[in-house]
Amino acid sequence: MRNALSKKIVDIQPSGIRKFFDVVSEMPDAISLGVGEPDFDTPWSIREEGIYSLEKGRTFYTSNAGLKELRVEITNYLSRKYDLHYDAMKEVMVTVGGSEAIDVALRCMVDPGDEVLIPQPCYVSYVPCAVMADAVPVTIDLKEENQFKLTKEQLLASITDKTKILVLAFPNNPTGAIMTKEELAELVPVIIEKDLYVISDEIYSEMTYNGKHCSIASFPGMKERTVVINGFSKAFAMTGWRLGYACAPANIMEQMIKLHQFAIMCAPTNSQFAAVEALKNCDAEVAKMMEAYNQRRRYLVNAFKEMGIECFEPFGAFYVFPSIKKFGMSSEEFATRLLQEQKLAVVPGTAFGECGEGFVRISYAYSIENLKVGLERIKNFIDGLSVDK
Amino acid sequence: MRDKILNMLEKNSRIDLKDMAVMLGISEAEVANEIADMEKEHIICGYNTIINWDKTGEEKVTALIEVKVTPQRGLGFDSIAERIYQYNEITSVYLMSGGFDFTVIIEGKSMKEVAQFVSNKLATLDSVLSTSTHFVLKKYKDYGKVLDVPVKDERMLVTP
Repeated sequence: MRNALSKKIVDIQPSGIRKFFDVVSEMPDAISLGVGEPDFDTPWSIREEGIYSLEKGRTFYTSNAGLKELRVEITNYLSRKYDLHYDAMKEVMVTVGGSEAIDVALRCMVDPGDEVLIPQPCYVSYVPCAVMADAVPVTIDLKEENQFKLTKEQLLASITDKTKILVLAFPNNPTGAIMTKEELAELVPVIIEKDLYVISDEIYSEMTYNGKHCSIASFPGMKERTVVINGFSKAFAMTGWRLGYACAPANIMEQMIKLHQFAIMCAPTNSQFAAVEALKNCDAEVAKMMEAYNQRRRYLVNAFKEMGIECFEPFGAFYVFPSIKKFGMSSEEFATRLLQEQKLAVVPGTAFGECGEGFVRISYAYSIENLKVGLERIKNFIDGLSVDK
Repeated sequence: MRDKILNMLEKNSRIDLKDMAVMLGISEAEVANEIADMEKEHIICGYNTIINWDKTGEEKVTALIEVKVTPQRGLGFDSIAERIYQYNEITSVYLMSGGFDFTVIIEGKSMKEVAQFVSNKLATLDSVLSTSTHFVLKKYKDYGKVLDVPVKDERMLVTP
């Protein structure tokens, strides 16, 4: 029999998180600070809209690009929140989560051999998606001393004649890093001069804790070369609804919708109806959740400081990314031993790129009570380590 | 800052001062002072506990009574409210808009005890025109907390 599988796909490494997940699932009594999704339930008014749409029998397909009403609400939301102005009819597409948008955007924009710059540590799917699109992923190692931000120098040093796309993902999973307007402004002239396109994954845009999120697409000259990706999972605690969106100039969007049409048809209809309510009426609910995240963030950063674990202060998303270098073991070893000895799951930094070595990702999408239990276990674990020495 | 402190205390009045200070990014002394001031100003009026009495052996009934009254000249509703809220059995008194004047919430050991209180004490007050008593059969949610439904984290333990 011939080999059933595509060499390209087989060669893609499975996500490091998946490997770790398999270890964790062997331990049913473990607790976790390892999830990448909100602990809040979707606000009830959103859930209720979803239920209502089912009751009304709205079980049909929507147009490929998504419900018109939702696309209009998305453009209103982006304009009032981030000063981004898109044409709801030509420049917006509703997707199955932000992850579909990442895949579709990359496949629509690269030809074989084009290089895609991917600053790491980052979300797990950019590199494989670039490979699946026949592009060459080129990673940039972000540095803790730069608070895991992308600097102009690092960007310049990574650009070649073949570079076409820069993936930007701030606020960042797993580091919690953000990039301010001033910091992005440093990159903009380079991007324009080198004629790069940007895929900007802004799924954590609501979760910034020292000022409002700034989108790179809001700079003059950038909208026409940027695909903005966002979604409902994080801001509205809607991970399981699988709903995101992409905004791009019409010529790019036209191709993205074509691809989306063949692969997906349209995003889930009842999720789309629910999302209209999210954008229209849930600012207060979102603000409440964001205040809770911010309180937990301060709590965690302080707890690590008290434990003597080095941790730069993250201002975005819902992760802290403390350094575990001083314990003299790899991230994976640290996470594995913490799991085995204290039954606490955290994610090794290496799951997000090799340069995540020496760090672990800890999520604060947990109640303070749960965080306390988790921190206690980390403390027990590292106290045990010091005794070893 | 005050509203943030109040929001935290409203959800958990036993929260540690030090934790609060860290979570709000201010000093412990600042939190303590704000709370003390708000206690003095009667913005914070007390710290109660939400109890699901159904799970204890204690017999308790709660009733909500709609009360219609004649307001007194020069004093309006306040002096009547005061006459009503002095009773220890009564846990809440609200002046209402709409078809009646006061909502009175009362706790007693039995329906009989509550009924006697209403007919002997409340209904006989001079200004009270009529009462209508509704007994609570089951409490599902009180003070923002769903009673008796344990919260379970059903998320996968590790996700990207």
